[in-house]
Amino acid sequence: MLDIASMTTASFSPEKLLKKSRNGAEYVGLRYVREKTTTRAIRNDQVEQNHSLLDEGVMIEVLANGHFGYAATADLSEDGLERALDVALRETQKASARKAFSFSAAQRPVAVGKFSSPRKTALDQASLAEIVASLTGATKTMKLSDQIVNRLAMAMMVETTIEHFSSTGSSASQDFDIVNLHFAATAANGGEMQTRTLNGGFARSLQIGAEVFNRDLFAREGEKIAQEALELLKSENCPEETLDLILMPDQMMLQIHESIGHPLELDRILGDERNYAGWSFVKPEDFGQLQYGSKLMNVSFDPTREHEIASYIFDDGGTPAKKESLIKDGLLVRGLGSLESQARLNVPGVANFRSASWNRAPIDRMANINLEPGTQSLEELIASVEDGVLMHSNRSWSIDDYRNKFQFGCELGQRIKNGKVVGLVKNPNYRGTTVSFWNKLAGVGRQETVQTFGTPYCGKGEPNQVIRVGHASPPCLFRGVEVFGGQS
Amino acid sequence: MKNQNFAPAMKEHFQKLTDEGLADLKGNEAAVFNLEAENSFFLRLNANKVRQNTHIEQIILALRLQKDGKTMSIARTLSGNLEQDKRAVQAMLAEGRKDSESLPVDPLQMPLENNGTSSSEFKGRMLSPEDAIQSITDSAEGTDLAGLYCSGPVISANRNSAGQNHWFSTESFFMDYSLYNGEKAAKAVYAGSDWNSDEWKTNLNRAKNQLSLLSRPTQNIKLGQYRTYLAPGAVSEILSTMSWGGLSASAWKQGQSPFRKLAEGERKLSPKFSLRENFGLGLTPAFNGLGEVSEKIVSLIENGEFRQFLTSSRTAKEFSLKSNAASESEGMRSPEILPGSLEEKDILKALGTGLYLSNLHYLNWSDPNAARITGMTRYACFWVENGEIAGPIKDLRFDESLYDAFGDKLMDLTLGSEVDPAVMTYGARSLGGKKAPGMIINDWTFTL
Repeated sequence: MLDIASMTTASFSPEKLLKKSRNGAEYVGLRYVREKTTTRAIRNDQVEQNHSLLDEGVMIEVLANGHFGYAATADLSEDGLERALDVALRETQKASARKAFSFSAAQRPVAVGKFSSPRKTALDQASLAEIVASLTGATKTMKLSDQIVNRLAMAMMVETTIEHFSSTGSSASQDFDIVNLHFAATAANGGEMQTRTLNGGFARSLQIGAEVFNRDLFAREGEKIAQEALELLKSENCPEETLDLILMPDQMMLQIHESIGHPLELDRILGDERNYAGWSFVKPEDFGQLQYGSKLMNVSFDPTREHEIASYIFDDGGTPAKKESLIKDGLLVRGLGSLESQARLNVPGVANFRSASWNRAPIDRMANINLEPGTQSLEELIASVEDGVLMHSNRSWSIDDYRNKFQFGCELGQRIKNGKVVGLVKNPNYRGTTVSFWNKLAGVGRQETVQTFGTPYCGKGEPNQVIRVGHASPPCLFRGVEVFGGQS
Repeated sequence: MKNQNFAPAMKEHFQKLTDEGLADLKGNEAAVFNLEAENSFFLRLNANKVRQNTHIEQIILALRLQKDGKTMSIARTLSGNLEQDKRAVQAMLAEGRKDSESLPVDPLQMPLENNGTSSSEFKGRMLSPEDAIQSITDSAEGTDLAGLYCSGPVISANRNSAGQNHWFSTESFFMDYSLYNGEKAAKAVYAGSDWNSDEWKTNLNRAKNQLSLLSRPTQNIKLGQYRTYLAPGAVSEILSTMSWGGLSASAWKQGQSPFRKLAEGERKLSPKFSLRENFGLGLTPAFNGLGEVSEKIVSLIENGEFRQFLTSSRTAKEFSLKSNAASESEGMRSPEILPGSLEEKDILKALGTGLYLSNLHYLNWSDPNAARITGMTRYACFWVENGEIAGPIKDLRFDESLYDAFGDKLMDLTLGSEVDPAVMTYGARSLGGKKAPGMIINDWTFTL
């Protein structure tokens, strides 16, 4: 058994709680989460934000009459945990009379093991002075002209411990160090404003340690985005026509997230999310049948990828996490669903039963959803375009509740003519429908072109939850897409 | 703690903890404490069955410590155990003091003031969890209902070293749900402080009636521009998007506001359009995270003309503006679009031929410089011909500038308005809500 008491503000014994017999409880689980989130922001070379949150508590889970129910508390005393268990059991027994499905302890496999995310210098060893200096260095190099009206460099550092114990013998511990970076430079000229960021808002989100704070790199990146914001001010609007489209990895992440990740979530297909995030155009019978995209499309659920933000060894139900193919040669083969959803829907799934924190019950979430590399270099992709646009970094996103009709906007576009990049275009947007769009996939970058991004802000669930998800992808070419620019 | 004792117990807990925390401050320190707490029962339903039930008790204390011109914000989840939480407050102060050694001076720091003392406590009558399960599922028997019921006390409190002390607690519930007939759906929310079975059944019957209208033949609508009625629920979605940097003074000064042209006199909206913060709705406390108390009414846009952005004291100091006690994020907390003169019975007649949209979904700025937004239709949306509902439509994407939609294209607003209570529960239950009438807009643009 792990020494959980040494990591909490109150000592408590999961064994004691789990060994106590409770009439009517077929299974009891205890998930302890301790998360320290520290945010440092520098704007226009001056301190903007210094914030830390230490969030710590326990979710008690019981199975009664075939129904799982929950009670969460931050009172980690023996009495506090006992009370939470009593509440969970009492309310779950009542709710079980109207349960949606009859589960068993088979949906909670025994999990034993430890995981630590890769890091050279643990975040709790990070120097605050160094963090402030590297962020300030970034905003200073953004100041290229008076047209740069706002300069922001922000880092959100997260240290998370998740411990999972159960009456069936689970004892698992996972530690994560995560850094989410966000730089933004805004240029303005008269009524025109253009903002460039590091690959889109907080897209630089990785499991990594304090080694990520690199003064020289931050300074170079600050200068680069400011220069691009200035250049966008002088650029033409993205044309409004049907053209070939290359999406760079920092926009592919959003394209994958919204039009592959969410529609493949089995709880959406089951209708759990209908009242909030929405349903899905994907039907249970589509697995093994639906040609989701062209033959070049290969998509994986991969919680094993080092440094990607949503890597782990067990989900919150104790299911061991492993890489699985979701779409193979364009064919839909597997959904994103936990053991609970797999039992309800009878289709294959993955280890993705995840919760935002101790105070939310797990649901089907994405983790790392990645598009596997192809064979072409970026230069080869560009050379194969006669008339098109290449887009970088997500700026705007919207998709319907079935995950069909989308419209996405980017920060920066590059016009391609006769196989060559001929200049920048501003306000680049595109729209399409999911399956039609993915069947237009005509080129996939090779391994060397793959980049890994993520977001800490995927929203879903009732009650609502935000969770971290990662997306690695090469640049991709799509033929004949409706693109357009801004009005100004 | 039991639900009915939660708010009074928390009040005592907060006062004791902050008594100690404030007494521990040194001469060069000032502090604000904020408390956000709830004791909530969540019931998630699918197909009118219980998918998940969760009971959550959580207490989050946030400290803003100002020391030697530096500003540190430190927050912690508390246990509810007084001695343990006193140690947590000491740890928060220690962390703030340690960080101050490595941080630069905060040039926008404002001296803390005493913005008064207030206490607002709203008692409610909640169903027990077992009664809620039975009442909801029995009434909705035979329907395909999906949604979330939530109930229990929510607390927001604030106290600072200058002497101010604000308390707000409310016992409330909401039932946020949709009814389905295949892929056709109608949306509704029943919310309040006293659960009333008759009111709940009336609310449910209204949703059932709307769902029955969706059984008419689906209409295929070509892309283009149509006169469109946005019901209050759809207008409320636009208000949420407008709050996303749209009316923030900080966003404006940082080059991020879609309403820059409105603020700088380059554009005007329709004289029929007025938007304000109205804390008189009683949905959320008027004090912000610093304990600054907003005026009851803050006019933002009046008869189409810009009046003011939401301005926090920090933004006010940076840009030499006047603060209107906005929250730090400068989002709207209790927005209200003022009604017009169109009576509900005349809506379809005034619309004539066009689209009736009950709800919108997943809005975002698509061209911020032009205040253009995109989004989808959702739930009960209909094609109307000559003042009669012809049938539901398939979901459509729109892309439209708010300068146009709330400007020359705005034909009329309804006389009646509806309150859309906040049902967001990210991390914690939200307080607040929005009040909006319906709107008829000419040539609303549908693109996909």
